[in-house]
This record gives sequence, structure tokens and C-alpha cells, in this order.
Amino acid sequence: MNMEEIITLDYGSGGKKTSRLIEKMIVPALDNPALAALGDGAVIEGFPKLAFSTDSFVVDPIFFPGGDIGKLSVCGTVNDIAMCGAEPKYLSCSFIIEEGMALSDLEKIVESIRLQCEKSGVQVVTGDTKVVEKGRGDKIYINTAGIGFVKYPGLDPKNIQPGDSVIVSGTVGDHGTAVMLSRSGMAQVELKSDCAALNGLCEKILDTGAKVRVLRDPTRGGLATSLNEFVENTELSIEIEEKLIPVKPQVQAACDMLGLDPLYCANEGKLICIVAAEDAEKVIAAMHETEEGRDAAVIGSVSDRYPGKLVMQTGFGGRRVLQKLTGAQLPRIC
Amino acid sequence: MSSVEKLISAIRALDVGQVRLMEVCGTHTMSIAKSGIKAMLPENVQLLSGPGCPVCVTPPQVIDAILELAMRPDVIITSYGDMLRVPGSRRGDSLLRRRALGARVEMVYSPLDAIDIARKNPEKQVVFLGVGFETTAPGTAAAVITAKELGIENFSVFSMLKTVEPALRALKNMDGFNIDGFICPGHVAVILGEKGFEYLPLELKLPGAIAGFEAEDILLAIYKILRRIRNNEPGIDNCYSRAVSPEGNELARQTVESCFEPRRDIWRGLGGIDASGLGFMEGFAAFDAEKRFDIHYSEVETPTACRCGDVICGRIPPQLCPMFGKVCTPEDPVGPCMVSSEGACAAAYKYSGI
Repeated sequence: MNMEEIITLDYGSGGKKTSRLIEKMIVPALDNPALAALGDGAVIEGFPKLAFSTDSFVVDPIFFPGGDIGKLSVCGTVNDIAMCGAEPKYLSCSFIIEEGMALSDLEKIVESIRLQCEKSGVQVVTGDTKVVEKGRGDKIYINTAGIGFVKYPGLDPKNIQPGDSVIVSGTVGDHGTAVMLSRSGMAQVELKSDCAALNGLCEKILDTGAKVRVLRDPTRGGLATSLNEFVENTELSIEIEEKLIPVKPQVQAACDMLGLDPLYCANEGKLICIVAAEDAEKVIAAMHETEEGRDAAVIGSVSDRYPGKLVMQTGFGGRRVLQKLTGAQLPRIC
Repeated sequence: MSSVEKLISAIRALDVGQVRLMEVCGTHTMSIAKSGIKAMLPENVQLLSGPGCPVCVTPPQVIDAILELAMRPDVIITSYGDMLRVPGSRRGDSLLRRRALGARVEMVYSPLDAIDIARKNPEKQVVFLGVGFETTAPGTAAAVITAKELGIENFSVFSMLKTVEPALRALKNMDGFNIDGFICPGHVAVILGEKGFEYLPLELKLPGAIAGFEAEDILLAIYKILRRIRNNEPGIDNCYSRAVSPEGNELARQTVESCFEPRRDIWRGLGGIDASGLGFMEGFAAFDAEKRFDIHYSEVETPTACRCGDVICGRIPPQLCPMFGKVCTPEDPVGPCMVSSEGACAAAYKYSGI
């Protein structure tokens, strides 16, 4: 009988074990004055304009090459706030844990949250822990919400104009492919999730003073879905070139094998920046100075030739429309 | 000039008049759509999708039987991903929906994964949905043989395995057949070899070319077929010789033949075709899910509004189906051609519309 310490329903009872989990593990790891007060909520500093976002994380497996659900839960919300032109400041963090989870796994996740918070300059100031019966959850779900101070107001897809340049900050499809591979038991060390916080990169971009129209992190649905969202129901189109889109050869190979398309695979550490064409070079140069943006590239431009559509010039010389992702990508038979 | 441009201009230079070529492989369908080949070809060359998507040729009454089987509390259905969203005769009713209703349905990449699931769940009956052509048949056969050797009794296969040749022969015999040549499936040819397609010129008097899956491979195959049409010399060209040998893969064929035998099978759109499916040989009957669960279905196709059958036979392009893109979309498909990523309708929907 394995006597490894596991999460039992008692840990979610609100009683002693709950307090022990919170006070001995979570609070010390994520320590800051607002959290340490352990009130029903946190009292924090304010700012004229705030950005506010929330996201839930249910990734399977919870540990994957390049990250884990903890790191992801911080990066995901930090990025959503950063895309608003805001500096992420405070997070809430709620765990829904399935009975039977190893305590040591939870510890690893909390440590990974701590590390990522430190890296991204945010604090977890409030949170919650619930435990559900075996079979009513899948190891652990995390919800984070975050608040940021808006430093660069006015980012809005409505500002996009024909002629604007479309930039992607690096290789696409890394996260989705890495998770799919590790889920299918074919995990490869060379293929890692790109899971990363992008607030530093956003600041770098916006500090150039370039006419940035909008920033977006193409998570679920991938690059093709996010670009579609900018132009659907508008008079604008986006035209991209397949050969300009950075895709790691191993991601392309894995996608070919699994029957997926990297343009529709989730990213967790990439952003799309739409910027006035005359500023594109300046933005790319600034992005290249950062770790997260070193492979940044202009992949196309905005036009009004195909209203409402995302059109791609294929590497082969053909031209086709890229639709939004419909349903989950299901691998093919052969 | 790039090699692609050279091929295109060589194709233009061949003066062959109106020709209709059919690809018989879902991966070709997808590659053609993704690369935008159709828009690059001269107008006299029309490409149509044949019965090459294994999910698409599975008739609705068979899907219905699977959906019913999935609801048995002792059964775990294991399947390749494509199959999960295919509706039966009732719109929207698929394995994914049944899973949401409590059925145990697991996506696998290999039938060996299904055997693993069977070993881990000895109290359950694990059924693998054996879909595909000559390409997936060897792997399915190998899994059945493995299960027999290991004595895994709670594993069985619902065989929907089919072979390409009888379908192409049936297609040729249908009223209104008007295809001038076949782009032959590269993966199937890896198993069958070049000689596996000799019946096309010898008996059906049609040219064909075995093609790989890069857009350039397909263009080369188109060029070779058109040249044969112009010179009026039917034959088979192997444009995928880096993977396809004259003889094919004998071991894979033997594996299939040691486990399965030809049987009459039902194809969406084409109906019942003699010796077009692979059923279990007597020594492996214990692994036959249809026998184990006493499954029966009618040979008459359950009528649906879907015109997948006409699309699969090359009678209409997807856009001429009255439901295409309106009632029937990948989010809410009426027929399998709109579901499978290899389906002609899904390819036409996803990659056209400029």
C-alpha cells in the first residue's frame, strides 16, 4: 500500500486540514501582505483604469514538457491582462482538487505558481481551495483572475486599418502539439510548450511608441482563429503568407503525424500584434531583443480585398481561406 | 521558374480538352484543398473526390449500430479521432454526443492502445472500431493476432475495413460514370505495390498515377495522367516511388490475409459491393464484435437528406449539395463528408470561398 500523502475530502472540509494546506503550503509559497491577511478578500492599491480578466485551467496532463498547470494558470491570466495594454498586478487563484491527488504534486504546482508570479511581477492576493470526490474532477482545476493597471489605453480591433502589418511573436502551435504528444504518450523532450508570460514583451512593444492597433494571445483555436476574430463581420481582410509563419519543424512533423494543423493549435506564450505598416520594423526590432519575441516576424498585412476573411498564400503558390476552428481538432485516420 | 510553375505550365500545354480526374484518398483530398491546387489548374481539368475517406464511406445504419453498442454499460468503444463526430441517421447523434450522455468512448491512435485499455479494464468489453482501407487493415490484423496470442478475451473489433479495388470497379459500372483517370492513393499503394493498380489500365481501360501527398507530388501525377489521356495509352505511373515499390508490402498483406477474408460490404452512396470489405476468418471469429454483440443492420441505406453518396461517387461536387455550407457545416454536420478532416465537403468548406 502506497502511503504517499494524498488529498482527501478532509482537505476541502474547511476545517483543520484545509487551514493546514493553506497556511503551511500555499500562503508561505505565494507570500505577500495582502494574501497573508487571509481575509475574505484582498485590499489592494488602485489606478485610474484597470484591466480585469479571468481564466480556468483544466489541462491534461497537469505536468507537460515546458510547464505545468500552475505555470499555465499564471501565464494565461497575466497574458490576457497584458494584451489589454495593462501591467498585471494582482491575481486570485482557486483550486478545485480531486480527492486522491498526491500532496507532492500539489506542492510542485504551487511552487511553479510562485516562480512564475515572481518572474511576471504579480502577486496572488486571494484564493480558494475546494476538494471534490474521486471521479468528480480530474486531478486539479485552477481558476485565476487578475487585475492590471492600464498603461497604454486604446488597444482595440476597431483601430485596424488596411495596410497594417500583422506580426506574430514566434513559432506557432508549440503548446497544443506538446500537450497532444504527451497526452498520447509520445512526449518528446525536443518539443516543449511555449508557456510563458508576455507582459514584458508587451511593454517592450508598446514602449516603442509605435501605432499598435491591437495585441492578442492566440491560445485555443490558434493563430488562424484569432486572426479570423479580428476581421469577421468587418469590411477588412487579413492576408498572410504561409512561408512567413514561423513553425518549428518538429511541430510541423508532429502535426502531420497526428493530423493536426499548427495554425489551429493552442499557443501559451505567443502574441499577435497588428501595427501601422511604417512602425512594423521598429516593433520587430524591439521584440527581437526579448527572449519571448526573438523569432518575431511579419506574416502578412490587413487589406480590404476579401471582406471578413483570412486568406493565406500557401507555400505552394495557391491561395485559400482559413476559417475559424470548428470544434476540437480530431486526429485523422491515415 | 519553380518546379511547381513548370508543372502547371506543362499541364496547360497538354491539349486534352475537358477531363475529370478523381482522387481516391482522403489525404489527397485534403492536400489538394490545403495547397490551393484547384485554383492553379487550367479550367479544363476538374478534380473530384472519390470514395477515399474511410469514415465517409461508412453508411449511416452502421454508425447507428455503433451508437447503440456504445450505450451498453459494459462496453468501452475505442476509435480513431475522425469517427467520433460522424452522425448516424439522426442528425447530431454521434459518439461524442453519446459520450456526453455517459457512454465510454476513448480516442486511440492505434488498435494496440485499445488492447491496453482492454487489459486495464478486465470487467469491460473493449470494442475497437476498425475503419480504413488496405492501410489500416494490417495494423488492425496485427492487433487481433496479438490479442489472440495474449489471450485477451474482452477485446473485439467492429470491422468496417474495406478495399479500394472493388469500389473503383463498382464506380466504373455505375450509370453516368464520367471519370477519365484516377489519382491513386499513395498509402494504399505502399501496401499493394504498383501491380495492385494494374487492373485500372488493363481491365477498366483508364489511366492512373500513384501519388505522394505533397502538392507537388499530386501535380506531377495529374500531369502524367493527362499525358496518358492525350496519347491514349492507359497505364499506371508511379509518382511516389520513394515509398511505393512495384511489389508493395508482402508481409503486411499476409498479416491481413491471415486474419481477415473478403466479404460483401456496404458503402455509402455505392451500396452493397461483393468482396469489398474485410470480415474475420473462422479462427478469429471470437474477436468479431458483430458476432459477439449480435449486431445486424440493413443493407438498404437509411435515407438522410445528405448527398454524401453523390459526392463520394463524383456525381456532384460538394457545393452542389443543397445543404452545403447552409444547413450542413463542420459545426453541425449532416453527413460524414462534412465531419472527417479528409471529407470532400469539409475540405471544400474549409478551404474555399475566396
